[in-house]
Amino acid sequence: MFNIDKIRDDFPILKREIYNKPLVYLDNAATTQKPKQVIDSVSEFYSNKNSNIHRGVHYLSEEADTEYRQARKTVKEYIGAKKSSEIIFTYGTTDSLNFIADTFGRSLLKQGDEIIITEMEHHSNIIPWQRLCDQKDTVLKIIPVDDNGTLILEKLKELITDKTKLISLTYVSNVLGTINPVKKIIKQSHKHNIPVIIDGAQAVQHIPVDVQSLDCDFFVFSGHKMYAGTGIGILYAKQKWLEAIPPYRYGGGMIAKVSFEKTSFLDPPQKFEAGTVNIAGAVSLKAAAEYINTTGLEIISSHEKKVYGYAFQKIRKLPGVTVYGNTADVCGAISFNLDNIHHYDAGALLDKMGIAVRTGKHCAEPLMNRYGIQGTIRASFAMYNSIEDADALINGIKKVQKILDTK
Amino acid sequence: MTINDIQDQIIKEFSGLHDWLDKYEYLITLGKSHYVSDEELKTDEHVISGCQSNVWLKTEIKNNKILFTADSDALITRGIISLLLRVLSNQTADDIIHADLYFIEKIGLASSLSPSRANGLAAIVKQIQTTADRMQSSKNSTKK
Repeated sequence: MFNIDKIRDDFPILKREIYNKPLVYLDNAATTQKPKQVIDSVSEFYSNKNSNIHRGVHYLSEEADTEYRQARKTVKEYIGAKKSSEIIFTYGTTDSLNFIADTFGRSLLKQGDEIIITEMEHHSNIIPWQRLCDQKDTVLKIIPVDDNGTLILEKLKELITDKTKLISLTYVSNVLGTINPVKKIIKQSHKHNIPVIIDGAQAVQHIPVDVQSLDCDFFVFSGHKMYAGTGIGILYAKQKWLEAIPPYRYGGGMIAKVSFEKTSFLDPPQKFEAGTVNIAGAVSLKAAAEYINTTGLEIISSHEKKVYGYAFQKIRKLPGVTVYGNTADVCGAISFNLDNIHHYDAGALLDKMGIAVRTGKHCAEPLMNRYGIQGTIRASFAMYNSIEDADALINGIKKVQKILDTK
Repeated sequence: MTINDIQDQIIKEFSGLHDWLDKYEYLITLGKSHYVSDEELKTDEHVISGCQSNVWLKTEIKNNKILFTADSDALITRGIISLLLRVLSNQTADDIIHADLYFIEKIGLASSLSPSRANGLAAIVKQIQTTADRMQSSKNSTKK
């Protein structure tokens, strides 16, 4: 049973008042708040277990190492990977995508090869490929988005050629909330032996993910968008790819043998984790995954669906509002604009009512261009958001319209 | 009026507005009444793009003073622009360079001018100061 009051109680920040008004936090696609279980895990680590991992001979180092290993195992189970060694800790989704572009891209792609992405990607799934195209003379191709905010999949057939070497797309749009049919796309791509990267940054906190069932080649996400700390993220890759690609960074903790003549590397995952890693971040990610598991992502998902659906329908029915995207498979974010009102003005006023939303282009400028807009107001939901939060937003929008009435 | 006289005047105007929403409603009123006659302003030449809102800024020099014309597509940004121009436009380069913009902090808008807000306001202030700097140094070099 989903008990929203109990959940909200776990998040200390939700008790805050902003400008003397109770906080309504609807910027979860940017980052989620942290439950006390996650906060305590970090505090406990630094208070009692802090030490550097890998080869430390002393007690604390072993304890920290165990924590780190368990975190990897928890993440492995959370996304249904086959082995813990397929889970690489990174700084976040952006880091993971740069990682793949830099390793897979630079070592396995050659001039003329083609990479397919979509029109709804976050900049972090565009720019690393653009840079790769500049360096290796590869070609970037785009799956377009229709008016409803869904991918025009018929185009994918036309885009795939025998030069296509990689497809990288988001599971869930950070702007529209659209859940893409990634399983279908992966299946289609694999028929042509094309590996697929799934950006799961906006998915893992909302819908259960099983990378083996999806059969994706790479899966990336951030800890901080799923209730963990910042600066920790995941790159999942099938073992075969981890063996085929070179390390991303070089330094301590990742080598088997070093001499001035030659260096050999450890096996994955150590091969990809040079230097001192974000141990406390990994610990927080473990605590976050456990926190989600305690309630169950299926149950969280159905609660979020109820709140999202309520907000979406109400906002859509308000006069003078344009909502972007219209599809049944959605979660997380709702993007909209108010007639004759700049999104920045609306966001700044909502803020003064204690309502935190994001406004602007949401690091998805090509998608803004697709809709011919300068930006949107984005409300994005998490497990602790209630129908009352949705109502507060709707009343806030009405108030903004009244204050900014430009007629 | 000196820069500080104008700043004090603005602080006085805001002193009655305790609620944040009231402050922003006042900024919106200022934004609505900020009349920009210059049709040539909103061109690519003068645009300062932000992620949140766009601003346009144009500079002219008249009688040894720098005149700024600026606008934004967002009303609140426009309201803040009108305040910035009230303080900094039609002043000498020397006065602009030495200005301490304390009114922004006093009326509680410091965070609006932080570069991370990406609303173009921080860029406007920077460009105003750069213009003043440039004018001052060219004046100094002609003196030599």
